[in-house]
Amino acid sequence: MKKTKLLSLLLSAALVVGLLAGCGNGTQSSGETPDAQNSQAQETSGGNETVANEITVNVASEPQTIDPALNSAVDGAIMLSHMFEGLMRWVDSGVETPGSDGTCNNAALDYGQAESYDKVTNDDGTVTYTFHLRDGIKWSDGQDVTAGDFVFSWQRLVTPETAADYNYMIDCVVNANEIMAGEKDPSELGVSAPDDKTFVVTITSDLPYFTEICAFPATFPVREDIVSNDQWTYSPDTYISNGAYKMTSRVTNSEIVMEPNEYYYGVDTLGPSKITFKLMDDANAMLSGFNSGELDFIEQMPTDEVAGLLASGDLKIVDYIGTYYVCYQTQKAPFDDARVRKAFTLAIDRTYIVEQITQTGQVEAGGFVPAGVYDAEGATGDDFRTVGGDYYKPTDADYEANCEEARALLAEAGYPNGEGFPVVTYLYNTDDSHKAVGEALQNMWQTVLGVTVQLDNQEWATFLQTRKDGDYSIARNGWIADYNDPMSFLDMWLTGGGNNDAQYANPEYDAKIQAAKASADPAERMQLMHDAEDIIMGQDYALCPLYFYTQKYMLADNVSGMYYTPLGYFLFDHCTKG
Amino acid sequence: MAKYVLKRVLMALITLLVVICLTFFLMNAVPGNPWLSEKTPTEATIDALNAKYGLDKPLIVQLGKYLENLIHLDFGNSIKMQKDRPVLEIILTMFPISASIGAIAILWAILVGVPLGCLAAYRRGTWVDSLLRVICTVGISMPGFVIATMLLHVFTGGIEGIKFFPALFKGTPESYVLPCLALGFYPMCYLSRQTRTAMLDAINQEYIKTARAKGLRNGKIIFKHALRNALIPVITYLGPQIAFTLCGGFVVETVFTIPGLGRYFVSSISNRDYPLIMGTTIFLAAFIIAMNLIVDLLYKLVDPRINLGKGGH
Repeated sequence: MKKTKLLSLLLSAALVVGLLAGCGNGTQSSGETPDAQNSQAQETSGGNETVANEITVNVASEPQTIDPALNSAVDGAIMLSHMFEGLMRWVDSGVETPGSDGTCNNAALDYGQAESYDKVTNDDGTVTYTFHLRDGIKWSDGQDVTAGDFVFSWQRLVTPETAADYNYMIDCVVNANEIMAGEKDPSELGVSAPDDKTFVVTITSDLPYFTEICAFPATFPVREDIVSNDQWTYSPDTYISNGAYKMTSRVTNSEIVMEPNEYYYGVDTLGPSKITFKLMDDANAMLSGFNSGELDFIEQMPTDEVAGLLASGDLKIVDYIGTYYVCYQTQKAPFDDARVRKAFTLAIDRTYIVEQITQTGQVEAGGFVPAGVYDAEGATGDDFRTVGGDYYKPTDADYEANCEEARALLAEAGYPNGEGFPVVTYLYNTDDSHKAVGEALQNMWQTVLGVTVQLDNQEWATFLQTRKDGDYSIARNGWIADYNDPMSFLDMWLTGGGNNDAQYANPEYDAKIQAAKASADPAERMQLMHDAEDIIMGQDYALCPLYFYTQKYMLADNVSGMYYTPLGYFLFDHCTKG
Repeated sequence: MAKYVLKRVLMALITLLVVICLTFFLMNAVPGNPWLSEKTPTEATIDALNAKYGLDKPLIVQLGKYLENLIHLDFGNSIKMQKDRPVLEIILTMFPISASIGAIAILWAILVGVPLGCLAAYRRGTWVDSLLRVICTVGISMPGFVIATMLLHVFTGGIEGIKFFPALFKGTPESYVLPCLALGFYPMCYLSRQTRTAMLDAINQEYIKTARAKGLRNGKIIFKHALRNALIPVITYLGPQIAFTLCGGFVVETVFTIPGLGRYFVSSISNRDYPLIMGTTIFLAAFIIAMNLIVDLLYKLVDPRINLGKGGH
């Protein structure tokens, strides 16, 4: 009896100790969490009376990876662009971004680790770029950056074992496709380093956006001895980079802190002495953090706060190259009929959607390639959308006429006033804003066309699988540009393409895209892409664009010098505070 | 007693094995895979990814391999949320943070909840009882994110002039206040209601009448004689609840930006990060099984009439 009592006492003690141990461990480890770094920083900067030029921003939650080759997210790309530098880089153009109200400038492409390049067209139609690397470029541990590092990184990107999502960014390089398919060895990639300062790359045909790809995170250099440790991104000691900033602290799900890389050639011109990327999930917390002054920059806020913040001028809206659209399962009745698809496309009041539902300055879409994508003239000329024009009138001024045409088309397809039309389902991923758009579409289609549309939502990964498998009738979709060229929006619709959710298949379209990919003449190339869009949109109506995305953000009043590329990258490396 | 413990530990291992197998097949039965995104990688890349992480093999082979590694305490590496980082390392880094907040939360929940329950039972039918009932009903029925968001909004500067606590978790003592308050509110209310009910049962027992007849003080009757008997359902509830709370709350951790383990229970599933789903599930399951075992043994301490050797109470 006594023995059991003693044992029970011990057990209850175990329970209590378990609890207390939780406390004990916690305080110990929380000493190693951000607090420790903060107090350390305060110590080192102690005695300095002026406001420290340190900024704290939030662009997203914990990134899946900050390995340049493996990253596929915009937030990861923003962090990488501060810590690494490719052959080319984005710089502040000095031109204000429209909509930013003076808080942000546009980014322009400039030389990065390379100081110049030569371009030669070879006899077989391939094009060779020879990049001459800058003097004095170094890794954050003091070693020199060599052309060999670039060769290694580019080969690593296309090696199947690396399994990089963005390996196709350099599929233009000679032999890249064969290597990715496992048919050739990575050493056969069309890149070489004749000496430490010269990096030579040969691409199958010239691309106007190739230099932009050289500023894309996937092409940033990494060093072989560093990445051979597959845990290299998790500690500042092993995370060696070659960009303006270096990582000085990483606390999972809390923050990534960077400070100037003293070996960077332009270190003297840098702005903040410390940039902290807070990693957060909750929109309420982001706004609270911004309002309380703990964050200088946020991109997300609770949906119901947006209208008020916009009205007060605290929230800024800038261009973002992307399209929110609806795709039809073009292989299945009733959407295997272009007339039906066109009728559904026309019966939508896009002005209502952007003004009443999304409410952050989105633009009604009259074509698939969004506004802001360069045409043959590049940054100086009209954009692709302006040159191509709209495939239908997207605003509410012509909505009545569009509806008339839609009804006529549906009747022509055999469903006058929607009679005999099967019940179809609109599929979206579970989310309040997508739901609101879905309900509006449902209502418009039912009222205008007399058809019955049901709504169905699925959890994210399930939704992606269903949509990819073509197991739907109509589904929500969206696409953001990888690089500023219409091809980023058009080659995904090749027959059998991995992101061809519409299951679209048209040999005529495929021929135009392949011809454009092979064309060396920029004007002809653009014309072929316009022809292709004419087919998929103007003739087949395979896609139903709703609006072109915008990017929203809030920046603290005392921060200036931020710049932005319309691909969604905000750059803080030349910001000043105070 | 020793025989009983041994038997329970063996049972626990079998339970854990069942949990592992069930989780493994269930998560693979859910549609979708880790590689899908708005921009799905090419077919070749997906094949390469499957090969790299061993997802190209038949399920039963994968499970066998997983169990084999598990014997060596190798939980595998995360394949998506924190690419290539060992799952065990993720759990061991995140758990102490969740556990510290969870421990404080559950401690205050017990220290406040149990006495409040006693008070409500003792003063049943009075305004004190009614007030406590209202508070506890609100606490039990209000979703966690409402409480957390409300606290965040009110006390971190959302209202002009009131900024007592930081909005972002910094690891300092003041950053612990709001999360612990939010996380402990529900268990506190639940415990209080539980204690009240059990207490009312106990108060009406014969032996309490005897104690009263002997002329013992009220406080002594309630806290020494009645409470001890009333504690059985409370301890039953506390066992698994301690495991849940120490593993962190998804809502509280996202709202207060706490780098804890709680978020992984939910987000590993939506990300289809298979090794992480397995790791977190096994961890929590083992924790709950252990707590239940401790609770069963604790009954003996509270109520010596319970005979463990003969199949529980």
